[in-house]
Formats: sequence, C-alpha cells, structure tokens
Amino acid sequence: MLQIRWHSRAGQGAVTGAKALADVMARTGKYVQAYSVYGAEKRGAPMTAYDKIDDNPILDHSKWMTPDYVLVIDPSLVFQEEIVDNTTDDTVFIVTSHMSKEDLLSIAKHLQGKKLYVIDAIKISQEEIGRAIPNTPMLGAFIKVSEIIPFEDFLVSIEDILSKFPKKIIEGNLRAIKRAYEEVK
Amino acid sequence: MAERYELKQKEVWDGNMAASHALRQAQVDVVAAYPITPSTPIVQNYAQFLADGYVDGEFVMVESEHSAMSACVGASAAGGRVATATSSQGYALMVEVLYQASGMRLPIVMTVVNRALASPLNIHGDHGDLYLGRDAGWIHLIANNPQEAYDMTLCAFKIAENEKVRLPVTTNQDGFLVSHTAQVVEPLDDDTAYKFIGDYKAMNPMLDTKNPQTYGAQTEEEWHFEFKASQHKALMESPAVIDEVFAEFEKLTGRKYNRVETYKLDDADVALVVMGSAYETAMVAVDKAREEGIKAGLIMPRSFRPFPYNEIAEKLKNVKAVAALDRSAPMGAMGALYNEVSGALAANGQSSIMTNYIYGLGGRDTTAQHILEVIKETEKNAKAGKRVTDLQGFINLRGPKLSFN
Repeated sequence: MLQIRWHSRAGQGAVTGAKALADVMARTGKYVQAYSVYGAEKRGAPMTAYDKIDDNPILDHSKWMTPDYVLVIDPSLVFQEEIVDNTTDDTVFIVTSHMSKEDLLSIAKHLQGKKLYVIDAIKISQEEIGRAIPNTPMLGAFIKVSEIIPFEDFLVSIEDILSKFPKKIIEGNLRAIKRAYEEVK
Repeated sequence: MAERYELKQKEVWDGNMAASHALRQAQVDVVAAYPITPSTPIVQNYAQFLADGYVDGEFVMVESEHSAMSACVGASAAGGRVATATSSQGYALMVEVLYQASGMRLPIVMTVVNRALASPLNIHGDHGDLYLGRDAGWIHLIANNPQEAYDMTLCAFKIAENEKVRLPVTTNQDGFLVSHTAQVVEPLDDDTAYKFIGDYKAMNPMLDTKNPQTYGAQTEEEWHFEFKASQHKALMESPAVIDEVFAEFEKLTGRKYNRVETYKLDDADVALVVMGSAYETAMVAVDKAREEGIKAGLIMPRSFRPFPYNEIAEKLKNVKAVAALDRSAPMGAMGALYNEVSGALAANGQSSIMTNYIYGLGGRDTTAQHILEVIKETEKNAKAGKRVTDLQGFINLRGPKLSFN
C-alpha cells in the first residue's frame, strides 16, 4: 500500500488535493482512502491530510501511517519537526520552499539525510492561478517524483476533476501543475 | 420533475457525500434539518442538489434539531417520505422527538454521523449518540465505510416504509473515519436506486381529510402498555423484512449484507464483537493474528436494534472467549455490546468467557496493532478456560493502566 501524508495550513487545499489524488488513482482501478485529521480548526492552523492507495480494498480506518511520501505545501511548516514523524529512511519528502535545497537543509536539520525534493508551489500557484493555493502544483511535483502514473493520464483525469470550476481556474491549475512537474528538484 | 444526476460507475465519495446522494435518489418529499458537525455536509450537499434542480421535495430550514425532528414528524404524519441527518448534541436535542416518531410509527430515515457527546466538547467519532438512541424505538443500521453508508441509506427507506414495519430507521457511520474519508463507492444510477426503494405509500396520512386520523394521542394505564408492546412487536418482527430487503439489494448489486456480519469466525477460538469502521480495522488485526497462529474471528450486529441476539449466540457457540468492544463511555457498567452479547449467550445456555473493552472515545485512534493486542489477551482466556484478564479494559488510553473487575 502506498501511503502519503500532506502537511498544510487549513485553507491551503490539502484536503482537496488529497481527494483529487485519490480520485485520479481510483480511475486507474486502484482502491483509495483520502482523509484528514481535523481539530475544530480555523484557517491557517497546521493540519494533516492523508492518501492510501492500494490494489485491494483498504480496510484499516486508523489514522496512523508510515508515509512513503510526505508532501509539505506550506513553506513555514517545512521547519516543523513533526513532518518527519513516523517516517523511514525511504520516505520521500516533497516540500514547498523558495529556498535552495542546500540552504533549506542548513536550517531544517530534521530533513538532513532524507530523500528531499523542493518546489516553490506557493510562487507557482500565485503566478499561474492568482492565489496561494499550492495543492495542484504539489500534485504535479508528486507525479514527477513518484512516477505513479504517466503524466499525460494524470492531466486528463485532473482536468475532468477540475471541470466544475470556471475555465480560467482550470487553465491556471493545469499551467501550475505542468510548471511544477518541470521545476521540482 | 427532478433532473437525473450523471454518476460514474465508480465515484470517490466520503460517507457524507454517499449518504446525501442516497437521500437525493430516494426523492424525499421533506428534509428538515439543522446542520451539525460532522454530518453538516449531508445537509449541505442535499441543499445544493435541491438548488441545482436534482430534488423535487422541500428542504425546511429550522432553528434547532428538536424542531428538525418535529418538522419531520409533522411531514411524515401528513403523508410524505421524510428524512434528516444529525450527530451528537443535535441527536441529543432530538431525543424527545425520536420517541414521538417511533411511537407514531412514522417511517422517517435519519442518516446519523456518530460523534461523541459533550462535555468535554469533542467533534470526533464515537458511539455515544447511537447508544443514546438505543431504546428510542428506532431501527439502527450500521455502516462501516462510505459504500455501506450509501447502501444502508437506500435500504433504510425500504425497511422503514414496509407495511409490516412502519418504524423510523437510522443509518450510522463513524464521524470523520467514514463521514470525511473518501473511498471508492459504486452507486446505482438514479432510476435503479429509486425503483429499488419504490414509490412512497402513505398510511393513514393526515392530509387525507376524508379519513381523519389522530397521531400522538394520550393513552393512560388502560392502553399505553398495549401501544408500546405492539411497537416493540413490530421491531422484534422487523428482521424478516430487513433480511428480505438485504436479499433484494444483493440481487440488484451483488453486495451482500446480513443482520449479523462475521469474519473468519467459523473455526475461531477467539472472537471480537465490534461495530462501525473499527470492524474493518479489526479484519486487518484478525489476519495478523492468524499469521501468528491464533484462530481469531469477528462478529458485528449490522442492526444494533433490533438486536440479533439469537443469531449472535448461534454464531458464537463454538468460540471459547469473546471480547466485546464498545465505542462509548459505559458510565458505571459494562458497555452495551458486552451486556447484549452476554445476555444472548446466557439465554442460549452458552458460556464463552466474556470481556469488555472501551475504545476510540472522542475519535482516539484505534490501530490494527491495538486490536491485535486485544486478540492476544482474549486468547489467554481461551487457553486458560477461564477469565484471567481484567473484565473491562481500555484500548490506547493514556496514563496509568485502567481496568475493572
């Protein structure tokens, strides 16, 4: 089973991102769970969201997981040590930051020795979508790093999932996803 | 005429979305509701469906849950198909009217998202609200995942409205663990779902002015007992209809539901009784236990009321030790599942060793590993041939170990 943990601030779209990823993967015949751990939160409070993806129906309803991927979509949460909780040496981190990997690691010491990728999902979403909603660019980066499905297939599914939004929003999101796919390092 | 909603063969829905689509497909005449976490999205989605033209019925906004259930009682007595949704404090505020609804034999369907009761305030899942409604005269069905939340809601209408039953029904799903967890759901198309439930048949509707009816009459010692006994009789005889509806649902969908669900119980020495999403987590634990050579199994009442006591006893007759897991604060006694199952075994002359565990209050995480530990403790009782563990334990409780004997 593939397990993914998102770190976000409430309002940045981690729940939507986790559900969109689950929807994309369900269309390939996989079984999925997408959920989040809430308090009675206000916008801006740190929160986590989760994806489980498997070939068989997912029975385990506990919140606990050992993530294969940790996706951090808020640049300030990168510096919180909680993002490495319950991870292993194989866990892959994809984090949002304007900093280079080297500069980031010199401050965020808990990420030293981890498999780390960096993407400036905030900047991309601001420039392409017009708002700091870094969830869809993070998905673009995740697809590049994980190679979980072909990027073209992902784009077809995500365009359909976004189809309830106005055309301008859809196009902005697709541009942000493609840019993040190219720019993740 | 309501528009048809185009659904994919497989949708990724959380339990709330699943329940709201089932309500939409039932083409309910009146939904009266007061939204409360974590069932808010059921009401919100339903209102959206109505605004978008997918629902013909009325949506009544009210000022409290007491009013919500009261409006449901009025609309149901008037002769319409009626539904609502609630959780926790909202459920608690409804309790007075829950008894009115069942006493008047009104087939209202309520999709409950189970949540802890305050104080302290908590928005997360446990079965405190379900247990609160235990004696209210409703049928209570349990759903363990979003697919089941959808399926049970469709079945609930058909059970409630059956002429032999005419009782209100709740469908229960765990707050957040099911209500806010998106999983693959295979819905029926609108026409098939509606045809399965069928047109609503009003019985003694108050709007039929040529045949005046009284609802909620006063009965003192000369008739009250007979009313309540006949209501209880309808509940006790409802299993035949529940079985019939589940059989018809299986024919339509291939998904088989039973009033008593079991997992790997046939050759089990140890069994856990557990209800809700933790039943599925426990399936993972049972598989691990069996890898370690422990013959473990599971049992769950799909209908918490009517409680399938004889069926449960029959299925547990070869089990040496049973642990009943209750997701509600027992407050001065053993948990309800412990008491019900112990009574069922005693009534049938069976003497499996019984223990009780309290788990998951206020959304406390319960993992397969936690449940595996319970299986191992229960196996100690099975091996010893008598109870060597504490009578009542607590799973994943912080602080010093708490138990009672």
